[in-house]
Amino acid sequence: MEWLDEFPTLGRQDLRDLKKAIDLSFREFSRAYGDGIETFFDPLLYFLVWLEKLLINTPWPIIIFVVAVLAWIGARSWIVVGGTIACFLVIGYFGMWEDTMATLAIISVATLLCIAVGIPLGILMSRSSRAQAIVTPVLDVMQTIPSFVYLIPIIMLLGIGKVPGLLAVCIYAMPPIVRLTNLGIRLVDKEVLEAAEAFGASDRQKLFGVQIPLALPNIFAGVNQTIMMALAMVVIASMIGVPGLGRPVLRAINNQYLALGLMNGLAIVALAIIFDRVSQKFGARLQKHRESGHGA
Amino acid sequence: MLDFKSIGKVGTVPDNNVSTIDKDTTLDTKVAIRNLYKIFGSNPSAMVDRVEKGMSKKDLLEKHGHVLALTDVNIDIPPRRIQVIMGLSGSGKSTLIRHVNRLIEPTTGEIVVDGQNVLEMNQNELREFRRHRASMVFQRFALLPHHTVADNVAYGLTIQHIPKNEALESSHRWIDRVGLAGYENHYPDQLSGGMQQRVGLARALATDAEILLMDEAFSALDPLIRTDMQDILLGLQDELHKTILFITHDLDEALRIGDNIAILRDGAIVQKGTPQEIILNPADEYVSDFIKDINRGRVVEVGSVMDDTKPESGPTIDRFVVVDDALQVLSKAGTKKAIVTENEKPVGSVGLDALIAAVAKPKVGTARSGTYR
Repeated sequence: MEWLDEFPTLGRQDLRDLKKAIDLSFREFSRAYGDGIETFFDPLLYFLVWLEKLLINTPWPIIIFVVAVLAWIGARSWIVVGGTIACFLVIGYFGMWEDTMATLAIISVATLLCIAVGIPLGILMSRSSRAQAIVTPVLDVMQTIPSFVYLIPIIMLLGIGKVPGLLAVCIYAMPPIVRLTNLGIRLVDKEVLEAAEAFGASDRQKLFGVQIPLALPNIFAGVNQTIMMALAMVVIASMIGVPGLGRPVLRAINNQYLALGLMNGLAIVALAIIFDRVSQKFGARLQKHRESGHGA
Repeated sequence: MLDFKSIGKVGTVPDNNVSTIDKDTTLDTKVAIRNLYKIFGSNPSAMVDRVEKGMSKKDLLEKHGHVLALTDVNIDIPPRRIQVIMGLSGSGKSTLIRHVNRLIEPTTGEIVVDGQNVLEMNQNELREFRRHRASMVFQRFALLPHHTVADNVAYGLTIQHIPKNEALESSHRWIDRVGLAGYENHYPDQLSGGMQQRVGLARALATDAEILLMDEAFSALDPLIRTDMQDILLGLQDELHKTILFITHDLDEALRIGDNIAILRDGAIVQKGTPQEIILNPADEYVSDFIKDINRGRVVEVGSVMDDTKPESGPTIDRFVVVDDALQVLSKAGTKKAIVTENEKPVGSVGLDALIAAVAKPKVGTARSGTYR
């Protein structure tokens, strides 16, 4: 009855061999294709570096002006614009301007990348239940697997730097936009869709004329969540060489600098709140037609 | 308030010259529904045989897990007429109307429109059919919430790639016709139910399709608004002469607007005929139970209760005038007999007692005692 007391295991030697085999084959894979994959991501790197330099080299009053204008376009609220300007002034005053610009750059690029990949993927999922069955578990893994675990293969493949950091952020931040795009399209009123069909709308006309416009509130909630999750990854991304507000936080952890950690942490929070308010108000304005109030 | 009265003809005001659609145009068929079966389930086509051999809806569900929605439906719909399909909820009427533009595919059967079988159309032909030849009005309006009234009405046209300004021009014309001028830039959610359905009606009319499918179009509206909408529809029909397939569960509505009525029960047609035929000769107990509370005076026409004596003098009444209005004429004239005319020529006479007898509720062989509305 040995098997009752002792869990039947693979055996230490076999297990070690198995792990070694996996490690070796991945190492070989990354040796063979690592350079190719790195080249593939080069345009992304150039774009990220360009944006980062642009943000850092532009004089600060111009940046604050542009940010304020963007906040106004998005939120149409003086309170949000005022709050945004105040936050950026305080951030600059406490010497975190460059790091904030670097963080803004990576968040922007990561969000654009997530939108570019996530929305089409969400649309595909909404149109095919099979695609949904395949993609959903992948999204579950992306959201729940500890980030450190997928940092390992990414570093093995691409080394330390901006691109691997960007990928790590995207893996974590992409699921909400995919899920909410899929959900939003699936939740579109069946009767409205049936009406479009009854008037002879093609699949394309239904998608761009009815489904996506009516799913926009959900898609926008997805964009909002993606931005928030990207910001949450800033510290972890800085561990593999992404510049920005995460770096001082890491330094603060290593040296127990409470004030440094707190200030940079609060700067991340400020960015998050600005992004959130602006994008939510913008999303609400897309819903102009929902304003009720009967005429006559 | 909107000016409803100017749009539709007013059916409730007594009028000696009540116009009726001339009944002698040739009655060819615009839409023919032939041997239509619809069975929902995992293997519907295998079940058709069993249903054709007479298996009941209940047995099919219990023994084979399939739902029988429509059984051997045959309707010939004449052009330029309003064909009403009436039935209670679950009778399959909404399923039936969706077969005409193939929003639902039948299990077997034929839908022939202008001699062409809709079921044999490929995707492109079907799309063209839906764009140009059959438009639809929905029970719960199904307007595009993110478009304004003007854009909603233009929807069928923009789908056809008609230039925006042209589509909007036509849209404004139809908005005007349904009495919504001034609301072009409102969003559907800002309108009341009745106004939303006017938008739905205008949207369906804007494509100039000859066939109009109306799925319980007025059922979600308040009774008063419903009557207004019926007036609008009848008023428009007087000019446009569409072939209308109108679904309803409301017998009053069916009798009021239908040139022909088909009564659907559990997916099968139990009776087809004009409102008068159904009122005067109900096919079975189900139908007579249905019509027992109806105001017969508004449906039965003088022509079906007159005799062929031709008195010398007295008020004249057209044979297509309904009994209610005829009674008004007699009581105003203070006589007991009137001359019945057709195309201004006397064809018979009708007495007060015959008119009263026509209005009286017939005995129906059921225990439930109904009250007049």
